[in-house]
Amino acid sequence: MAITIGETGARHWRLLTPGQQRLRWLGWLALVALTILCWRVMTADTIWAFVSDAPRQAQDIFGRMLPPRWRYIDQLWMPLWDTINIATLGTLIAILLATPLAFLAARNTTPSAALIRPVALFIIVASRSINALIWGLLLVAVLGPGVLAGIIAIALRSIGFIGKLLYEAIEEIDESQVEAIRATGASQAQIMGYGIWPQIMPAFATISVFRWDINIRESTVLGLVGAGGLGLALESSLNTLAWPQVSLILLLILVTVVVSEWVTAKVRKAII
Amino acid sequence: MTGAAIAPPRVWKRPRLVEGAALRLAIFAGLVLYLVLAFATIEVNWQRVSEGLVRAARLFAGFLTPDFTSRWTDIQQGLIESLTMTVCATVFGIVLALPIGLGAARNVAPFWLYAICRAVIAVARAFQEIIVAILFVAMFGFGTFAGFLTLSISTIGFLSKLIADDIEEIDPAQVEAVRATGAGFWQVLDYAVAAQVMPRFVGLTAYKVDINFRESSVIGIVGAGGIGATLNTALDRYEFESAAAILLIIIVIVMLCEYASGWIRKTMA
Repeated sequence: MAITIGETGARHWRLLTPGQQRLRWLGWLALVALTILCWRVMTADTIWAFVSDAPRQAQDIFGRMLPPRWRYIDQLWMPLWDTINIATLGTLIAILLATPLAFLAARNTTPSAALIRPVALFIIVASRSINALIWGLLLVAVLGPGVLAGIIAIALRSIGFIGKLLYEAIEEIDESQVEAIRATGASQAQIMGYGIWPQIMPAFATISVFRWDINIRESTVLGLVGAGGLGLALESSLNTLAWPQVSLILLLILVTVVVSEWVTAKVRKAII
Repeated sequence: MTGAAIAPPRVWKRPRLVEGAALRLAIFAGLVLYLVLAFATIEVNWQRVSEGLVRAARLFAGFLTPDFTSRWTDIQQGLIESLTMTVCATVFGIVLALPIGLGAARNVAPFWLYAICRAVIAVARAFQEIIVAILFVAMFGFGTFAGFLTLSISTIGFLSKLIADDIEEIDPAQVEAVRATGAGFWQVLDYAVAAQVMPRFVGLTAYKVDINFRESSVIGIVGAGGIGATLNTALDRYEFESAAAILLIIIVIVMLCEYASGWIRKTMA
């Protein structure tokens, strides 16, 4: 904020001093320059004939997509079941692995802040920075295509997510309750069970359900890299240019995601 | 008071998560039934898996000896594509997300505009990036342009929804106060609305840059350019050392983005 006094002695209020304003303009200028530079580098290899042709292509594709081939749905129930299994089992495995990891990573429960905590934090960060699809790509290369690769891919991605949110919840607990339980002469396991666990239980349940919802979304497309589920059907329909099947699969994915969102909302309401 | 009965010792039991033994049993039985069914229907080719363990060992060894040099020109090209895609899509997405978000806030926009903007947001958020990328690659051809459009759409869906929700939660008293000074519509927007949502908006933008880079490393798998395409090629050729190098680069950049966006959010808040 700046107040300038004009020639007549009148006081003018301004949001920024002239120096701040100049700095701000320079910042905007730099941003615009950077964007133009990036745009030129990015579109250097773009074939503009294809781009200008896009509206016609879009019309063509949507024309082929409609109407969806409804009878194809009979072949989609099994992939849908696989998709739900990938998400659910992957989430369960992730919960089982992430819970101890979170206790090792939280500052107030870790056995060793100097040695074990950094390792646990690194595992969490590494798992979080790689997308489930890339984990899927790796695991399909290693284990071969199938549902198992999908389950492990979902689990590996979710460990970091659940672990991070859970260890933050553990670090925020009320220490006086832990102190009170310890004062009764409770063992380490009893402190965990009666002092810490009840405090993080609501966060734990919400995080798990939240991640399950995200995993349903991700497992619908994991098949694109060969990891089973609806994405596999999508991939084969795309490869054969069977657009009426593609539109049916997309519709089914949308319905699945909406239903899982509804289930998540219900469960969250029941927990909280 | 000699005849008073001695009260039985009070026993405390920890409250259960689900009250009601029948419901508890039903949930447990349902869970077991589901697990049995799920495991029964999973087809796993164990022979293929045991062969894979050798490859897993190679992959792991690749992480210990990442090979940055032999595919460096490809990696460099992919990285440049990913980064430029991220910058252009974020800027373009914000430019479009601002008016849409403003139009989707019930306390700023008239109802017809509100309905249109909310519908646009719902469409933009309906599908995962990778599915949008497939459609755009089919329409616009392979390459970064399709990826740029994909990320722009996802930026619009993400930012305009959150901006709109933020604007709906602003303090109306400040709007009232600025309006009382005789300010016009744009002045109210600048001094009352923007001033209140700006810190969170900058935080969300920084967060979205981070997400966009992550996504740009994925959509290459379906042909939309970027480092994901390079990674896909490396894995198809079973060049695990190069793949490990690419993954390490992705992890480092994501971590840098995450720290930077965390720092920006902290300084802005």
